[in-house]
Amino acid sequence: MSVTAAPAMIDRAGLDALVAALVAQGRTVIGPTVRDGAIVLAELDSAEALPFGWGVELDAGRYRLARRDDGAAFAHSAGPQSWKNFLHPARERLWSAERTPEGDVSFTAAEPAVPSYAFLGVRPCDLRAIAIQDRVLTGGRHTDSGYAGRRERALLIAVECTEPGATCFCVSTGGGPAADPGYDLALTETDGRFLVRVGSDEGAALLDRVPHRDAGPDAEETARDAVDAARERMGRALPPVDLRTLMGASLAAERWDDVAARCLTCGNCTMVCPTCFCTTTEEVTDLTGDHTERWQRWDSCFDLDFSYLHGGPVRSSPYSRYRQWLTHKLGTWHDQFGTSGCVGCGRCIAWCPAGIDITEEVAALDAERTARGTETD
Amino acid sequence: MTPTLAVFKLASCDGCQLTLLDCEDELLALAGEVEISHFLEASSSVTGGPYDLTLVEGSVTTAADAERVRAIRAASRHLVTIGACATAGGIQALRNFADVDAYRRVVYAHPEYIDTLATSTPVSAHVDVDFELRGCPIDKRQLIEVITAFLAGRKPDVPNHSVCFECKRRGTVCVTVAHGTPCLGPVTHAGCGALCPAYQRGCFGCFGPSGSVNLPALIPVLRRDGLDEDAVGRFLHTFNTAAFEEEWAP
Ligand code: SF4
Ligand code: SF4
Ligand code: SF4
Ligand code: SF4
Repeated sequence: MSVTAAPAMIDRAGLDALVAALVAQGRTVIGPTVRDGAIVLAELDSAEALPFGWGVELDAGRYRLARRDDGAAFAHSAGPQSWKNFLHPARERLWSAERTPEGDVSFTAAEPAVPSYAFLGVRPCDLRAIAIQDRVLTGGRHTDSGYAGRRERALLIAVECTEPGATCFCVSTGGGPAADPGYDLALTETDGRFLVRVGSDEGAALLDRVPHRDAGPDAEETARDAVDAARERMGRALPPVDLRTLMGASLAAERWDDVAARCLTCGNCTMVCPTCFCTTTEEVTDLTGDHTERWQRWDSCFDLDFSYLHGGPVRSSPYSRYRQWLTHKLGTWHDQFGTSGCVGCGRCIAWCPAGIDITEEVAALDAERTARGTETD
Repeated sequence: MTPTLAVFKLASCDGCQLTLLDCEDELLALAGEVEISHFLEASSSVTGGPYDLTLVEGSVTTAADAERVRAIRAASRHLVTIGACATAGGIQALRNFADVDAYRRVVYAHPEYIDTLATSTPVSAHVDVDFELRGCPIDKRQLIEVITAFLAGRKPDVPNHSVCFECKRRGTVCVTVAHGTPCLGPVTHAGCGALCPAYQRGCFGCFGPSGSVNLPALIPVLRRDGLDEDAVGRFLHTFNTAAFEEEWAP
């Protein structure tokens, strides 16, 4: 990669030109937009559709749009979807098979849909989440070819955070509101203008097609200050302990009973989590039985049938399912994939109808361990 | 030999069997795969049992129907109940929590003509059932899936999880979290494709409890969303009133 370009500055017209250039390239541009009382991710025809002047007020189990008078386009966080809705879609056909009247069966692998995506507004936490899903879905012996194809073609335009939400805690997961490498372009919004950093040749080529000027040291500093300030304004935090060890030490904790009494096992937390990747397969046949298809669809450790083995589910209680979710996410994920499975985006907190808060649960587990330790001393 | 299909009705509104007629695109294919032996809503020509696959709509509310459903079971190789009435007693199960005699006296000029049981119960309370398909009414895709699965001798793909799963897969903005609208989706059986939230309404539980329900945990959420105690009760006492009541033991 020959990315040496100094940061550039674009204004609103530049943003318009950026989206127009992507659309002209034939890309499917996905970005934030207001729909049904939330900032969702959807296809954008132009920058016009971005949520200028909208922010969000977040709490556990609560999300409300709120007007902002600064007209900012990216001063929001933790919508109900993440980029996984596009890279790792909720439902995808894997193969189909036909049976001839003679009884011969032929199989056809499905051609995965591989649009040429451009993602506009990828948050630093979501950039990390994409890297985690890359590792999970393409890093092992068995690659998810649909994911790999879409990921390979996708152009990522990150937007750094200057307005963290009340449910954000990326800093305490080892991340932060500044974008790590992995993007093609990274924007930082300050006062209606956007500092642009280039992360790839493709990003550089794109920037060339957009009116811009050199940012200069002052603009760079303003942007850096805004992101540094965001780092100090995280709404929540995980306790500063080794979480993997905590999870391992908490398998018999009493806190699981407490959270299981509140958990609806509705599965919302896993569906909104940008790193949760689990799927199941379903077989579809037609009435004649001569045509069959296998589909992959999102599943969740909160689904009773997800752990169904011969004769019954392994994790039949809500206790065991919540524990599975949390101990996998923060503990055994390390053993499996070499990282934590949580990037601190806060979606599972905001979008849990019951308002169960991962940071609160982990803090309670930590307090319980400390109390246990004191007892045994 | 072509398998035979029968459709019977007990106490119900006919909406679920209408779903079968509503399968316009699949009806011809279906007619090619099964012989419809008994389906009064579609045709008055009937042939006797035994039937390979029987769909039963409606709940048991009279002694005569309790008798009839035993005869239907005896004549059926596979018996599938369809809809909230047949699987949970339906809206008429409200009588289970009321004084039926008092109602009978108040509502009817000649209460002595009314011959009814004190309860409305699902078919499964009377006979063995091979599969229960939920909904008020049932979902057309799920009905075709169940019939297809029985023809193929496999398990139907009818997930037991909550409506929230379908709601998120569909990409709907959660009405509870984003609008504060009371929603029974977290405790309701999937199957409709999360229809109501997609139109910005809360789910009112027409598919009944999901396979994994923690109803006591939803009560504070419903209260947070503005329902008082009575309103919570009314919200849960609709199409699957008896089934949610069972889950409600605090
Ligand atoms: S566990 Fe929660 S906070 Fe962590 S990445 Fe998933 S949704 Fe975000
Ligand atoms: S933690 Fe919340 S979102 Fe997750 S399954 Fe439980 S109630 Fe649903
Ligand atoms: S709108 Fe209702 S069904 Fe959909 S996710 Fe929210 S609580 Fe669940
Ligand atoms: S969302 Fe709920 S009430 Fe609406 S159709 Fe589905 S199960 Fe019935």
